[in-house]
Amino acid sequence: MSGMSDSLVIARRNVTRMVRIPEVLVFGLIQPIMFVVLFSYVFGGSINIPGGGHGPSGYREFLMAGIFAQTVTFATAGAGAGIADDMHKGLIDRFRSLPMSRGAVLTGRTLADLVQTALTLVVLAVVAVLVGWRTHENVASVLAGFALLLLLGYAFSWIGALIGLTVRTPEAATSGGLIWLFPLTFISNAFVAVKGMPTFLQHIAEWNPFSATVAASRELFGNTNGQAVKSVTGAWPMEHPVIASILWSVLIIVVFHTLAVRKYRSATA
Amino acid sequence: MPGAIYAEGLVKTFGDVRALDGVDLDVPEGTVLGMLGPNGAGKTTAVRVLTTLIRPDRGRAEVAGIDVLAHPDRVRRSIGLSGQFAAVDEYLTGRENLTMVGRLYQMSARDAKRRAAELLERFHLADAADRTAKTYSGGMRRRLDLAAALVVSPPVMFMDEPTTGLDPRNRQQLWDVIQELVAGGTTLLLTTQYLEEADRLAHDICVVDHGRVIARGTSDQLKARTGGERVEIVVHAAEHITVTEQVLRGFGKGESAVDPHTRKITVPVAGGAKLLAEIIRELDSRGVEIDDIGLRRPTLDDVFISLTGHVAEATDGSREAGGDGEGGTGDKGGKAAGAGASAAAQERAGGETAALRETAARETTVAREAADGDSADAGKEGVK
Repeated sequence: MSGMSDSLVIARRNVTRMVRIPEVLVFGLIQPIMFVVLFSYVFGGSINIPGGGHGPSGYREFLMAGIFAQTVTFATAGAGAGIADDMHKGLIDRFRSLPMSRGAVLTGRTLADLVQTALTLVVLAVVAVLVGWRTHENVASVLAGFALLLLLGYAFSWIGALIGLTVRTPEAATSGGLIWLFPLTFISNAFVAVKGMPTFLQHIAEWNPFSATVAASRELFGNTNGQAVKSVTGAWPMEHPVIASILWSVLIIVVFHTLAVRKYRSATA
Repeated sequence: MPGAIYAEGLVKTFGDVRALDGVDLDVPEGTVLGMLGPNGAGKTTAVRVLTTLIRPDRGRAEVAGIDVLAHPDRVRRSIGLSGQFAAVDEYLTGRENLTMVGRLYQMSARDAKRRAAELLERFHLADAADRTAKTYSGGMRRRLDLAAALVVSPPVMFMDEPTTGLDPRNRQQLWDVIQELVAGGTTLLLTTQYLEEADRLAHDICVVDHGRVIARGTSDQLKARTGGERVEIVVHAAEHITVTEQVLRGFGKGESAVDPHTRKITVPVAGGAKLLAEIIRELDSRGVEIDDIGLRRPTLDDVFISLTGHVAEATDGSREAGGDGEGGTGDKGGKAAGAGASAAAQERAGGETAALRETAARETTVAREAADGDSADAGKEGVK
């Protein structure tokens, strides 16, 4: 199928770019590393996680899944800026005038972002271990946790692709890809326990697709301090985080893939 | 039989702006059509429709005998597009760029590599093949962009302002490449703001303004429409302009045009060099001091002005942003070629010319306002 080989040609192109512009990767790493350090040492002593996270080390275990998940969602901005840049430079015009698969430019982009996200996670995991993060499950379970994080990142890069095709300039795509991520990632179970939020926020937080992946990977890493994940509001995704995480990510991919490819067909710089 | 590029009644609107307002085209196989017009005229939109990038609101088009709207993917296999902006990836090397395009034309990896090497050689980029395109000069990028459009040796090529922004030497180089290509039998549609470029490269020229083809023909036919040769006089002192005009009224075939800044008076004439001598004698007898006098054949600049009522380069606020100051330099020298043919053409075109001019002038005033705020095409073509 030409769709897959076209996608790989484009993915290879984007990975080559990534290697030649390492600044992007480096700056992309600084922010989450800063978060790991700041949250661990600044908030770590003050935030008590119900269910037994004792002091700084307990919070660090709780925190990492949240930081990892937030980091992978930043792929949105990368994908958006990349696609917008291609539009702006006229490359999308060139691609659209070629007899190639219609979705390949976007798939190629999101696959390259997946590679970048994976690299980022590796570095971040090392830093996390250095500040005291430990997993308490077997290797397969931990890897499954990372796989769910990657799937979430992949899903979010499709949102980014749509943003990039819509806004047309890389600058707008970067900010348009980032601003909504802050409420999305903070109104969740990523950094604090949902229990302490006002009731209406608890509902939002527990149905937030982002929370599902955080809860799932936290569970798969064994960072729940030996307790089963519990929902505060009785939301289904919190009771079944792994399945919910997969469902949410697949749903996002299907919806945004469809919208983005449709947009691409009529995209004009 | 329709030509290799054929379009009928193409209409495309962006909001209130009719970027294309009923464009018909017919480019016979193996020939070059130069599409000439200012920023925002609709040239790029026409190319985008023909290369399957946008769908027209109305009309139909065929490229290489394939219906553009019904089978866009088959059209894409038969065309090469070289854009106004060098659409190459600046972080890839020249070789990587061409190999990627080859792969996307569904070539095998090995064929794509071989073809890339061939093209790099042919476009004098072999030495820079493994440097990223970011390090290339403007001219090298254009050549790489053109090479990318030629990866599969497509029978039909589209070039959207291929030399805009290039210095004269690079422009010359690119023209040589294009001429070589056309000699090989490729059908080419070329858009340009440079009248000289159309004159030099195209068999046929169509002049586009405000989304319409307002004139078409060979370069000589179009020149003939402006009324043949003219005398151009620069007087030494501004107070001599009026008397010079009076003198010229006796010799000229039409209204004279005066540019008070340069003290230049231009008037259409018939009679050639002999007439020139008479004019000089007459002005001399009246004590008019002449800085410069010459007989010149109309350039495509003149054609454009007479057809559209404005010059080809950026003429107003919104367009200035896009103009790069080299807009309509044209060939001031005036060409002697084709004088005989043009006389015949003039006869044929004669009746049509006046009407055309009138229509064009009317359209210009009416459509100006709309086009000045032209979002779609002008914006697109204006961005640097």
